[in-house]
Amino acid sequence: MSDYTTIIDSYKDKPGGIIEAYHALQKEYNYIPEDAITAAAEAFGMSPAQAYGVATFYSYFKVGPRGRYIIRICESAPCHVAGAEEVVSALESELGIKMGETTADGKFTLEFTECVGQCQATPIITINSKPYEDMSAEKIPAVLAEYK
Amino acid sequence: MAEEMRIVLRNVGKIDPLKIEDYINAGGYKSLEKARGMDRGELIEEVKKSNLRGRGGAGFNCGMKWSFSYKLETDQKYVVCNADEGEPGTYKDRIIMMNDPQSLFEGMAICGYAIGSNKGYIYCRGEYPYVVEHLNKAIAQAKDKGVLGDFDIEVRMGAGAYVCGEESALIESIEGHRGEPRFKPPFPGVEGLWGKPTIVNNVETFANIPVILEKGAEWFKNIGAASYPGTKVLTLTGDVVNRTYFEVPTNVTIRDVVFGLGGGIVDNKKFKAVQIGGTSGGFIPEELLDTQIDFDSMSKIGAALGTGAVFVMDETRDIVDIVTRITKFFEHESCGKCNPCREGTKRMHEMVERINNGTGRVADMDLLENLGGVMSVACLCGLGQAAPAPVLTTLKHFKNEFNAKLN
Ligand SMILES: Cc1cc2nc3c(=O)[nH]c(=O)nc-3n(C[C@H](O)[C@H](O)[C@H](O)COP(=O)(O)O)c2cc1C
Ligand code: FES
Repeated sequence: MSDYTTIIDSYKDKPGGIIEAYHALQKEYNYIPEDAITAAAEAFGMSPAQAYGVATFYSYFKVGPRGRYIIRICESAPCHVAGAEEVVSALESELGIKMGETTADGKFTLEFTECVGQCQATPIITINSKPYEDMSAEKIPAVLAEYK
Repeated sequence: MAEEMRIVLRNVGKIDPLKIEDYINAGGYKSLEKARGMDRGELIEEVKKSNLRGRGGAGFNCGMKWSFSYKLETDQKYVVCNADEGEPGTYKDRIIMMNDPQSLFEGMAICGYAIGSNKGYIYCRGEYPYVVEHLNKAIAQAKDKGVLGDFDIEVRMGAGAYVCGEESALIESIEGHRGEPRFKPPFPGVEGLWGKPTIVNNVETFANIPVILEKGAEWFKNIGAASYPGTKVLTLTGDVVNRTYFEVPTNVTIRDVVFGLGGGIVDNKKFKAVQIGGTSGGFIPEELLDTQIDFDSMSKIGAALGTGAVFVMDETRDIVDIVTRITKFFEHESCGKCNPCREGTKRMHEMVERINNGTGRVADMDLLENLGGVMSVACLCGLGQAAPAPVLTTLKHFKNEFNAKLN
């Protein structure tokens, strides 16, 4: 893993680049390490409070550890009527955790999301942003098997 | 029956989007060349005359918007493409960017020439990392070929905030801030990104530009509805047979869309409602299906064309349950900057949820209407102003469903 200061520094000269830096950090760690916020604040000339404010504003960013695979379930209306709730139940029982939680081995985190723009094949889940179409409770074990 | 008419999607399936030669062989970048041979004022006049109106939801005359920035003298101006596409049920901008990225760049470069800007940004939603990658490859090809001249395009990625689709919040986000909308005026065309004149247009709006220049304003303004000419790319979801996307002239009716190209309702069930324009759009009952989809016809029935998302619900769907889900969306996505939206979306969700749970009170119905009315005028940005629309339109057209849960 590369050092977070190296990552942040490579965006330092980009105007408004703090969000790009956060994306790069998440790509590396899957979350934004708490200490990286202070480093980012310094690099982009803001107060730690402002840098923290930016990180926590956006639902894609997470400050502090979470699982390696982020499973997000779309609950926007088109996915909702297509049966997103059954997919949620299947994921919860298959992984033994509730929405918002991370498995004990640190592998999977379950999160809700709003529409991810793949509405041609609802309901949709994404795993580390990769979309899975036309989900159903029956399909969940096979999808998870790809990551186990 | 309505038929597809492809202007924006003209190259879909016909060219390899990552082979710029394909785009050029199909006539690509000729319009930019033509534009650069024109007087800037005349170019803007041509776009204005076509009456192309914004495809991102607000329907503002595109050439008119450009003219505001054109007139200003400053050291720097910006062209920003809004590819935030956060409105649930919408994926048309993704289709355009994945299948024909060069036509978007060409539209942006024409705008750059028209207003006097050499720097463009595409703000693409964080949910589309694969689109960002694709765009960057296509931009590299355009730079290699030198087709954009001195016009530079950079992609910036959003991070999961619906409000960042609002143009001034989007600008804040590019600047590296929390995506909270600004007070307007000044409008971005005058004071936008880093305080400089900035044109923000939707992906679909830009993708129309090269064709308008190629075929002329006169040609364009005679397509579809006179007050909102051209075509619209629609994305169909819900209980409709063809859950897909297509592009139609703006004078087709909602019935044409749902029962013509859409193929009707799944399993031959009965139609109950359709919500157009995304989650902030109004719900439309059967008796209004013969309305044309153009911007003004939709406004007249208290609905919106919005992004062109078409969410169809069959007779078995529980309207109050769906509206509960929608009000939760707005509570979650409200940025919290202004009080009427921050509090309003929360209380609206609370009341609708109560009714949905069977613990609602008769008084909630009046309170909802009252609150909705206040929000639609008092909220700072379009998020809070449009948030009540699904509630108010269902209270109007499907009140019996609310009543049934009150007892
Ligand atoms: C809450 C909110 C979300 C919006 N989301 C988008 C969006 O995702 N894409 C978009 O093009 N316009 C969106 N808009 C509209 C923009 O503010 C702006 O009007 C538009 O980008 C202008 O481009 P156009 O004139 O080409 O439509 C949104 C507006 C609001 C209030
Ligand atoms: S509504 Fe779920 S992906 Fe769009």
